[in-house]
Amino acid sequence: MPTDTSVAFVRTAEIPPSPPPPSETGLVKWIRENLFSSWGNSILTLVSLYAIYVILSATVPWIVNGIWTTSSLAECREILQGQVGACFSVLTERWNQLLYGFKYPVEEYWRPNLAFLLLFVAAAPVLFFDLPRKLLAFTALYPFIAYWLIWGGSIMIPIVALLGFVAGYFVFDRFGKQSFATGFFGAIVAAFVVWWIGGFIIPETEDTFLPAVPSRDLGGFMLNMMLGVTCVSLSLPLGIVLALGRQSKMPLIKGICVIFIEFIRGVPLITLLFVASVMLSYFFPPESTVDLFLRVVIMITMFSAAYIAEVIRGGLAALPKGQYEAADSLGLDYPQAMRLIILPQALKISIPGIVNVAVGLFKDTTLVSVISMFDLVGMIRGPILASTEWNGVYWELLGFAAFLFFIVCYGISQYSQWLERRLATDHR
Amino acid sequence: MSTASDPEQAGFRLSMLFNDTRYRSLTFQAIAAILLALSIWYLGNNLIQNLREAGLNISFGFFGEPAGYDINQRLIEYDSQSSHGRAAVVGILNTLLVAFLACVTATVFGVIAGVLRLSNNWLVSKLMAFYVEIFRNIPVLIWIIIIFTIMTAVLPSPRAFRGDDPASSMFLDAVAFTNRGVYIPGPSFNAPLFEAAAMNWLLVLAVLVASFFGSKAIGSWASRVQEETGDRPKTLLMTLGVWIVPVAILLFIMGLTWNFPELKGFNFSGGIKIGGPLIALWFALSIYTGAFIAENVRAGIQAISKGQTEAAGALGLRPGRIMNLVILPQALRVIIPPLISQYLNITKNSSLAIAVGYADITATLGGITLNQTGRAIECVLLLMLFYLTISLLISAFMNVYNNSIKLKER
Repeated sequence: MPTDTSVAFVRTAEIPPSPPPPSETGLVKWIRENLFSSWGNSILTLVSLYAIYVILSATVPWIVNGIWTTSSLAECREILQGQVGACFSVLTERWNQLLYGFKYPVEEYWRPNLAFLLLFVAAAPVLFFDLPRKLLAFTALYPFIAYWLIWGGSIMIPIVALLGFVAGYFVFDRFGKQSFATGFFGAIVAAFVVWWIGGFIIPETEDTFLPAVPSRDLGGFMLNMMLGVTCVSLSLPLGIVLALGRQSKMPLIKGICVIFIEFIRGVPLITLLFVASVMLSYFFPPESTVDLFLRVVIMITMFSAAYIAEVIRGGLAALPKGQYEAADSLGLDYPQAMRLIILPQALKISIPGIVNVAVGLFKDTTLVSVISMFDLVGMIRGPILASTEWNGVYWELLGFAAFLFFIVCYGISQYSQWLERRLATDHR
Repeated sequence: MSTASDPEQAGFRLSMLFNDTRYRSLTFQAIAAILLALSIWYLGNNLIQNLREAGLNISFGFFGEPAGYDINQRLIEYDSQSSHGRAAVVGILNTLLVAFLACVTATVFGVIAGVLRLSNNWLVSKLMAFYVEIFRNIPVLIWIIIIFTIMTAVLPSPRAFRGDDPASSMFLDAVAFTNRGVYIPGPSFNAPLFEAAAMNWLLVLAVLVASFFGSKAIGSWASRVQEETGDRPKTLLMTLGVWIVPVAILLFIMGLTWNFPELKGFNFSGGIKIGGPLIALWFALSIYTGAFIAENVRAGIQAISKGQTEAAGALGLRPGRIMNLVILPQALRVIIPPLISQYLNITKNSSLAIAVGYADITATLGGITLNQTGRAIECVLLLMLFYLTISLLISAFMNVYNNSIKLKER
């Protein structure tokens, strides 16, 4: 084996891989790539950091120094002695007014609380498909239970209302198989007959298990929740009917639906609330008194139904024409085709849009404060800020309202995104 | 749906009204027509009875009567002796003013936030996502109230500007932020060509429109030269000249001067006063709707597939031209329809002015006029008619636009 002595050193083993330069790994690399990749980006990063600093330096001391246990703004100021700090005591002292309004009887707070908790139980089988389908029975019962819990009074009212629906369901179940129209109109007639008869057996007495609470005593965030939940759930079926009507080939029905939808969508919700507060009572029979809550529910339901109808119309239009033709060629009639083939797919496409409408509607329930209903915003601007103890506590109250709405709306939109992923059955 | 396949049947039976596709739709429409007529009759009958009991009638005569209330923020002459009709016109102009201002600024906010949200700068895109989520998930009414509270409770009163060592001072000696509103310098003419101030501004506008067409002409001239010779002449200086020189000459002839706001006594005078309610509404609407527009812009840009950029690059286009010639025209097709419906939303949401006391049409016609005259039905109907007209105009415009940019396929 000849040895080459002119070479002083021969490497016999491979050099182990050296670690990447520190500027190309870990945090440093991430910062370089994501924050300081160019001059422009560096400037943007610095500006954003400054903006974050400004926001945090204004809010953090204010929240940290916050005072929770005084009974008026003057006491807060005394304790703070000119320091920056929030006076959250308004929330601890007036939480009941913010949540329930200022007239709902204190000893009955458990009723809306219970109704609120049951709302989750009722909504769960609708929102999450994996749960047992039998839970839907409770969802169907929930409106009557919630009505009785919140308004109280005679239990016969929700029972009669429920019986009407049950009678309608049985009639539809019996005749709907042969002819949808017979079953449908028969069900309506049966329900009205039951309600008419039931009207005689509802006792007039006040002496009941749950004392009656008139609607004008409802208020606070509870009112926003009630309006939002009621109007969204009522407007969904109405919206489906309007969307189908707008697609109909019958010119008269299509015309009615188009005019209704375009009219409602063309005017702001405030004008519709004006209609509810000053104009709608002119259209009811002279001797009847329909309370403001119901009138507002009617108008907001019409409002959101028009928007939901447009969303669903988009879903119907997005379905390939082959689906309609396939349903026709199977010999399905219109109600069957819609119920079994078209609507399940169209509604699935429309879910994000419907959720958007629902979130928008829930935010819009604050507008009822303009027609002097005391919802959360109405309570803040009215009784609380006008009181001598809390005159001037703006940011704590408005921040609290914003926080509550943010939690609910952000939660709903996150749910909608989850649902979209869940329902994405096509392979993309 | 398939009338042709139905066999001919002898005679007509009553059940065919429901079961035969030839008659069924007629039956249903007849039922619908009867139900509609019945409900209109029922509602109309109730209305007439209620009105008779309340001793009212439907009449629009109140429009000629003096309104008796003052409006601070107004674009045309108005005082408390003016009629309710004139108050409504002031309201309409105020609605259009705030809607226009908010549309412009919302677009600016939205485009900036939408583009920055796609930035590869992690911090900036997260910050913009935060902005979008915060503003989209909190009711606009709360934003309006928050900003109005900043205007009235945080900004200093004009008194704070007084004295030798004032607590507050004017921004650049020209703009005063006070709790009564923001005072900015206002232009006026020393040697106006017309008596009425509006005519002078119309003249300026006319010159600007002429400049617009002038710059268009320069552009098409440049394209013609490019077609003939292959070289595009430099037009930047000429375009700038066409835009600036005529207006500058006109303003110089008319003697443009700026009136700066000055502290006189307990308040500012001179310049233009923008009331707190207007600013609150304007700013809240633009920052709220801006969050929605940002999402539209982001969706529009993301809707253009990456292949488009790569194809344009393969053709040898430079990045700037890729954006201008390939990406933007396609993205705008996606962005503009929802953008216009956001403008519609701004116009409708401007009716929330009533919550902060800005005198738009809802606050004048639907608020004070309604309460003073008690003419609920007339006022609310006219109010709806106004918004309906605006909405229909905007959606008609949108349809025309959509048809003009529709993909011409097959």
